[in-house]
Amino acid sequence: MSGHHEHEETTMSPYAMRIRAIEALLLEKGVLTEPEVQDSIAYMETRSPANGARLVARAWVDEGFEKLLLSDAKAAALQLGMEPEHPAEFVVVKNTPGVHNLIVCTLCSCYPRAVLGRPPDWYKSFEYRSRAVREPRAVMREFGFEPPEGVEVIVHDSTADVRYMVLPMRPPGTEDLRENELADLVTRDSLVGVNVP
Amino acid sequence: MTFEPGDRVRVLPSAKPGHVRTPGYLKGKAGWIESMIGEFPNPEELAYGHSGLPERPLYKVGFLQSDLWDDYEGNAEDYLYADVYEHWLEPGEGGTK
Repeated sequence: MSGHHEHEETTMSPYAMRIRAIEALLLEKGVLTEPEVQDSIAYMETRSPANGARLVARAWVDEGFEKLLLSDAKAAALQLGMEPEHPAEFVVVKNTPGVHNLIVCTLCSCYPRAVLGRPPDWYKSFEYRSRAVREPRAVMREFGFEPPEGVEVIVHDSTADVRYMVLPMRPPGTEDLRENELADLVTRDSLVGVNVP
Repeated sequence: MTFEPGDRVRVLPSAKPGHVRTPGYLKGKAGWIESMIGEFPNPEELAYGHSGLPERPLYKVGFLQSDLWDDYEGNAEDYLYADVYEHWLEPGEGGTK
């Protein structure tokens, strides 16, 4: 990593430059080591929305697993070989024909990173964070989704020690699909609730 | 003060500075206790290198959107959950789902 620094500096944003400077200082002072930084990057890169898609697809085909996912999401993730360990709780909320869930973190960018990896950039934007709580239906419309008439919208603001993920409804007409094919339908946006599969 | 699911509560309108996990738009707003999530080190202390102990109870608190925003566009039943620490809550009278 350090070998790239000089080359990158001409195009780095002030924030990226600040982070590089802090990283260099932490390494210099011995607070962090280069392998620790690499391990941390590797950790985040092994997490992705594909994990969420696998959890959802299994829940769609296995009622017992759905119960576990909704009552103890970390145990469910462990069962599929993921490493969901994180100081914060991990909670999955279920969409039903009468209820649609939307996740936001108005204070910063809390997200179930231990399972899904880094949040999308829009999730961290001031616009999403302020509008998702105030006009969730308008936000979803802009993502191309409008909850049907009569459906309640519940917004979850992850303000403290819980990270949330949505369990979307299985789309109609998917009865013949296998579990891995179902997982392919589950988008990152649908795990946040701004859209549906 | 300990709360039970269904209790009506109000978020304190405190202007406490620092690493506060209670968003401004909920301050002074009334809602209901949905459930108790558990006890966690106080983030307002933890953020500054302290232990955050004793742990503080954290509740899942529900708010009707129509109680949060005068001009809310959506169903009257729409609501919002936020996770609020006990020391930010007092008994109150607000809408419930």
